Amino acid sequence: MRAPARATGGDQHATRAPEPELITGAEAVVRTLELLGVTDVFGLPGGAILPVYDPLLNAKTLRHILVRHEQGAGHAAEGYAAASGRVGVAIATSGPGATNLVTAIADAYMDSVPLLAITGQVFSTLMGTDAFQEADIVGITMPVTKHSFLVKKAEDIPLAIASAYHIASTGRPGPVLVDITKDAQQATAPFVWPVKLDLPGYRPIAKVHGKQVQAAAQLLAAAKRPVLYVGGGVIRARASEELRVLADLTGAPVVTTLMARGAFPDSHPSNLGMPGMHGTVPAVLALQESDLLIAIGARFDDRVTGKASLFAPEAKVVHIDIDPAEIGKIRIAEVPIVGDAKEVLGDLAAAFRELGARPAAPYASWWARLRELQAEFPLGYSKTTDGLLSPQHVITRIGELSGPEAVYASGVGQHQMWAAQFIGYERPNSWLNSGGAGTMGYAVPAAMGAKVSQPDRVVWAIDGDGCFQMTNQELATCVINQIPIKVAIINNSSLGMVRQWQTLFYDGRYSNTHLNTGHGTARVPDFVKLADAYGALGIRVEKEEDVDAAIRLALETNDRPVVIDFVVSADAMVWPMVPQGVSNSGVQYARDHAPAWDDEAPGSGIDPDLAAGDVTE
Amino acid sequence: MSRHVLSLLVEDKPGLLTRVAGLFARRGFNIESLAVGTSEVQGLSRITVVVDVEELPLEQVTKQLNKLINVIKIVELEADQSVLHEHVLVKVKVDAATRPQVLEIVELFRAQVVDVTPEALVIELVAGSQRTAGLLKMLEQYGIRELAQSGLLAMGRGPKSITERIPRS
Repeated sequence: MRAPARATGGDQHATRAPEPELITGAEAVVRTLELLGVTDVFGLPGGAILPVYDPLLNAKTLRHILVRHEQGAGHAAEGYAAASGRVGVAIATSGPGATNLVTAIADAYMDSVPLLAITGQVFSTLMGTDAFQEADIVGITMPVTKHSFLVKKAEDIPLAIASAYHIASTGRPGPVLVDITKDAQQATAPFVWPVKLDLPGYRPIAKVHGKQVQAAAQLLAAAKRPVLYVGGGVIRARASEELRVLADLTGAPVVTTLMARGAFPDSHPSNLGMPGMHGTVPAVLALQESDLLIAIGARFDDRVTGKASLFAPEAKVVHIDIDPAEIGKIRIAEVPIVGDAKEVLGDLAAAFRELGARPAAPYASWWARLRELQAEFPLGYSKTTDGLLSPQHVITRIGELSGPEAVYASGVGQHQMWAAQFIGYERPNSWLNSGGAGTMGYAVPAAMGAKVSQPDRVVWAIDGDGCFQMTNQELATCVINQIPIKVAIINNSSLGMVRQWQTLFYDGRYSNTHLNTGHGTARVPDFVKLADAYGALGIRVEKEEDVDAAIRLALETNDRPVVIDFVVSADAMVWPMVPQGVSNSGVQYARDHAPAWDDEAPGSGIDPDLAAGDVTE
Repeated sequence: MSRHVLSLLVEDKPGLLTRVAGLFARRGFNIESLAVGTSEVQGLSRITVVVDVEELPLEQVTKQLNKLINVIKIVELEADQSVLHEHVLVKVKVDAATRPQVLEIVELFRAQVVDVTPEALVIELVAGSQRTAGLLKMLEQYGIRELAQSGLLAMGRGPKSITERIPRS
């Protein structure tokens, strides 16, 4: 796991290597990034990082994209990483520049995104004196980084950045911060490359335990109601192909979590869709009724399990994860397997094959039950009745007209859930969202970053009117740098998910969720005018018959970003839903526009006793 | 709850103690005692942490600690297979009448007097927690003026070393 050792003249008589070049720390930052193969960075300069920005001007293979807010740089780097699998890089200055990165760093930590954050720090002689724009960013980010480095000497810069890059991108990926004092940037030091990494405490890849894999294969062969519970780790591990092979080989049903949408094709007959709070009824109940969960790169998040003590009560658990700390954190695993998902899935398929012939229709009665659930509770929605657009229709059409080769980034809330539900994902890295942290404002900058890493793909930001207002300043970055993303604002004039909870659990008392951006309001701001002000193409869509034409126009427009203001109904709700804090058996499948909460729950396997009183927030 | 003694071998890097302590704080565990010092390997420090926590959360904390890049190794030391000692300095009020009694207690606990004045004695003891607690309890009646206590230091019994088979760079 180490970079090749620096070539040392082992032979005394060999020609001596030329003396290393003396360069500034700032130049070393740029050169190290270039030597690591980094081609794009997102950032915004300031006093304490100013030295680095000078050599950036001459960088040959490194493109710097000037954002309008450091949070945008962070999310752009995340989107860049999530769409490509490469490390995303963000640069900011000290103090507020660095603290503006914190949300994105925390986001990357929760969703295991390989992110390298480089920040300037005040002069080492001023550290600790409350100097101008000083913040202890290493201390501030300690709980939300995989690791961090504080660099106070120019000669330490190449090793720190190379180590950070290595740590961010290997094992369970995550954000790593390198904080560099201004004097370290200004000083000169010999530039030595390659560096020899020295990380004796970092052993990211464990050798896969063969016996455990065999035990898992045997459980899978013996199970009556198995489910492959697929998490985002499968995407980070690039293990989609291995997953497909295993699913085909075993015939076991598959559920893909919010972070794993696209890890397994939605068109595959074994895919039951997304589990969790807003998962499909078949996916939720498959987990709940299962007798064997094969969890792969998934972490039993509370949004998936519901009340964890009541989750999948009859299931044994095989838990595959590269991070040993995830195994047994929430749910005890009968068979824990620490390892890279790609390798473990390959081994598991091989072990399963060795067990010999399988029935022609494996898990037949289990599938019969699941097909029944699928027929009875397909994913769907009721049309709105107030004359405004149905958000689900808009999002479905975006997916259908743009296709599976496009990239879809979303913000957080109702539109995020609809985008996870109603777009068909066929490939990994096509769905980007803030799953763990739930960061509103992720979509626009993440889409921007994704478009930079995937310039030939259509990239959509499916955003809410609330989320969009948090980071829409990056439209300026997109326009100036010719990054033609397409933004679909699912504009229900409110903080929709909060409003939905107010509808369901707070007696319809809409406290501070109305944003006045939609139909019948003062439209502050007017998103079409805003788009126009930024030099993007702004379109407003209020009628269903105009939806397709607007999406097509957006798809045809590639000389500038496009912002479509889809004016949708505020009353549309995300269904199905498992209320927080109850068993997943209480999943509510509702087709009514605004179902009464105490409606008789439909169908078998669904708890009709669920009362709103059980809900805890 | 049960008491656990963890011995951590860590790289001697700035901020390391914050990383370790932060992990405990984040999970809501109290550190009962903490001792940090050098190890026999240059560049590596040894941290001894005593925590009062159930088995399962302890496993989670241990795994999280193991993820810290600068943590090389973690060993839980069992009481019956380890030497567990702490270091106590205690200043006790004495006068001519009580001094002999205090000195008798010092003798009894095999402690040492390291400073003497007419009004006070400073007593030092290196021993297991039970013996140090016993000494303090006995001295209480004379008036403890000042107390300084180290974190627990721990080492496994027998010839093995915690630094055996650690990955060297």
